[in-house]
Amino acid sequence: MSDNTKLTDVIMPQLAESLVSATIGKWLKKPGDMVEQYEPLCDLITDKVNAELPSTVEGTLVELLAEEGQTVSVGEIIARIAVAAPAGSSAPAAKAVPQAASAAPALGTPAAPGRPAALAPSAADAPMRSRYSPAVQTLAAEHRIDLGAVPGTGLGGRITRKDVLMFLENGGAAAVQAAPEARTVPEASQQPALQAIQAEVQEKLEPVRHSGLHLSESPRIPTIEVEGGLGSSSEYLIDVTPIRNTIATRMRQSVSEIPHAWTMIEVDVTNLVVLRNKIKDEFKRKEGINLTYLAFMMKAVVSAIKDYPIMNSVWAVDKIIVKRDINIALAVGTEDSVMTPVIKKADQKNIAGLAREIDELAQKTREGKLRLDDMQGGTFTVNNTGSFGSILSYPIINYPQAAILTFESIVKRPVVINDMIAVRSMANICLSLDHRILDGVICGRFLQRVKDNLESYTPDTKLY
Amino acid sequence: MAMMEYIDAIRLAMKEEMERDDSVFVLGEDVGLKGGVFTTTKGLQEQFGEERVMDTPLAESAIAGVAIGAAMYGMKPIAEMQYSDFMLPATNQIISEAAKIRYRSNNDWSCPIVIRAPIGGGIFGGLYHSQCPESIFFGTPGLKIVAPYSAADAKGLLKSAVRDPDPVLFFENKKCYKLIKEDVPEGDYTVPIGEANLLREGSDITVIGYSLPLHFAMQAAEELEREEGITAHILDLRTLQPLDRDAIIAAARQTGKVLIVHEDNKTGGIGGEVAAIIAEHCLFELDAPIFRLCGPDVPAMPISPPMEKFFMLSKDKVKAEMLRLAQY
Repeated sequence: MSDNTKLTDVIMPQLAESLVSATIGKWLKKPGDMVEQYEPLCDLITDKVNAELPSTVEGTLVELLAEEGQTVSVGEIIARIAVAAPAGSSAPAAKAVPQAASAAPALGTPAAPGRPAALAPSAADAPMRSRYSPAVQTLAAEHRIDLGAVPGTGLGGRITRKDVLMFLENGGAAAVQAAPEARTVPEASQQPALQAIQAEVQEKLEPVRHSGLHLSESPRIPTIEVEGGLGSSSEYLIDVTPIRNTIATRMRQSVSEIPHAWTMIEVDVTNLVVLRNKIKDEFKRKEGINLTYLAFMMKAVVSAIKDYPIMNSVWAVDKIIVKRDINIALAVGTEDSVMTPVIKKADQKNIAGLAREIDELAQKTREGKLRLDDMQGGTFTVNNTGSFGSILSYPIINYPQAAILTFESIVKRPVVINDMIAVRSMANICLSLDHRILDGVICGRFLQRVKDNLESYTPDTKLY
Repeated sequence: MAMMEYIDAIRLAMKEEMERDDSVFVLGEDVGLKGGVFTTTKGLQEQFGEERVMDTPLAESAIAGVAIGAAMYGMKPIAEMQYSDFMLPATNQIISEAAKIRYRSNNDWSCPIVIRAPIGGGIFGGLYHSQCPESIFFGTPGLKIVAPYSAADAKGLLKSAVRDPDPVLFFENKKCYKLIKEDVPEGDYTVPIGEANLLREGSDITVIGYSLPLHFAMQAAEELEREEGITAHILDLRTLQPLDRDAIIAAARQTGKVLIVHEDNKTGGIGGEVAAIIAEHCLFELDAPIFRLCGPDVPAMPISPPMEKFFMLSKDKVKAEMLRLAQY
């Protein structure tokens, strides 16, 4: 091992709960091989799972400590990898092993053979010297022992039951001489000093429990530091409303469950613009509502869905459920949310009927008057993203539907028609699709049909 | 004698009891075809058929209820709760029905069921696969509760549990399943319910416990004797209900310094009752406060490995506490 490498141990991981060991199936690397991080080192075999053991570090495999076929306990080292250490890191620093508590002060009191002397203090600070446990008092009374003569090896100079037994075993008197300094606290000064002693006990010897109530222990909770308190002025918090929460949940579900694909088509809506301009005022007068492009576009979509019913379906893992009713969910945005109320049986409505429903639902949404019934049963979603100026968007499917379609802004652009440049009103239509159900060809045909429908509006098209 | 794992001993006990007595049968989730999620019942369905090793729906209340009904009809069911964490839906059946049938029928009926449930953590199982629910059932008269520490005890106690005329909860430690491999006496033997077992004799401190933490205590005791000259007197309760009072009192008197260890959390745990028995009977023999080392009073075992380590008892934690008591 050169100076700038260090050895990393590869240990047997716990592959599954209740497993305490695993068997090495086959080593995929041999000593001397370069190993990249996450590269498999060996095959592991257990009762429950068979798995490859990936390397946690990049380096050179130095030695294998377990053979193929050998069963190794979890946590045991099975191989070593030499890792190139970054310049500046020094091994000796880590080697400073603390010579910790094992070094005990030399004491006058004779400790029992082999007993730890670390906690037997000199007589001067022996606050527990004259606190006798019931067991010690019982033994002392039984054998008529003067406890003042017994050396204490317990916490704070306390005489333990075993000290008394040792004292008896050693014939009492012999031990008394051996430990004169262990009882330097005079009997007389004991009473007044009691308070002070108790205070000292509390202060110095915190491990002493004064009652059986463990609740007095401060619980050992791992410290977690939070950087930058929430009270900082650089940010503020917004409570997540139930509706925000629902939106978040549905979006996350859709994105994580549905493999989205996206496609877009360009439509020439010049004739539609002419048509709408021609009749919108009269419509407003007659019906009391605005005639929007959305109604025309929706009609075009509904007709296209009729021709391609697979667009109106739901993925059900082992089957695809195709819905007979075409219920169009309409994305309606408010200041802080988006709702998708549903136009039921949209295929049975004409353009005027659709316009009326769109107006109604949009109004209800803005006023917060949508009922549960208004929200249910959608089979395909349409979003009029052009209404807020978008020319291109990538919508998330309204789970569990198969697709979602957006109408983008209508903009006037130069377009080449029959090798001549003309100014036309153009709009993009975007479609996100569930690629488990739908593929490019069918969606392309569907969008082409929407395009055809939209481009075949003429100034003579009837609304009713 | 045969070397076997703790889990093998449990399986062998069931196999032998089923061979011995036709009325013994096993029921539980995935105990049949799969042979149990831990393989505790592996091979039993092949040997005894679907009628005697029954896969049940995921309904612990029903598992206990069916077992109780069968027991009252004269059968000797061994009901398995896949994890003891899952047995709480069955507590009403166990506490309000099984435990009370003999009493309430004035001795006309009895309920000889065994409910096996794996307890304990340290297996990266998280909240719902690591709990120790002993304390939930502990205070219920009419139930017997055993929690073996060794493979030999596991076999002998399970046999006793099957033959016992009253309901017995058999809490096997899932971490011990494959960790413990030791000699198990061959053939038919039983370990009596209600008798504690002295694992080790010593004169400095007494450790009382059950199940997995005793393995830590045994390892720690060996190290402490070698390194510090401290000898530990270790008592395995084996049976939690009824507790072996005489053995507890004798063990406490042996050293006057008692440490009680269990993985179940401290408040309301078995340790409190053991401490109370000692307090009631051994006041003048006590040389130190009674120590308890238990799981922390937090809702459940965390899944995060460092936090699981923090929660679980270990040889080092037990050793530190034993040393602290010895030095008191």
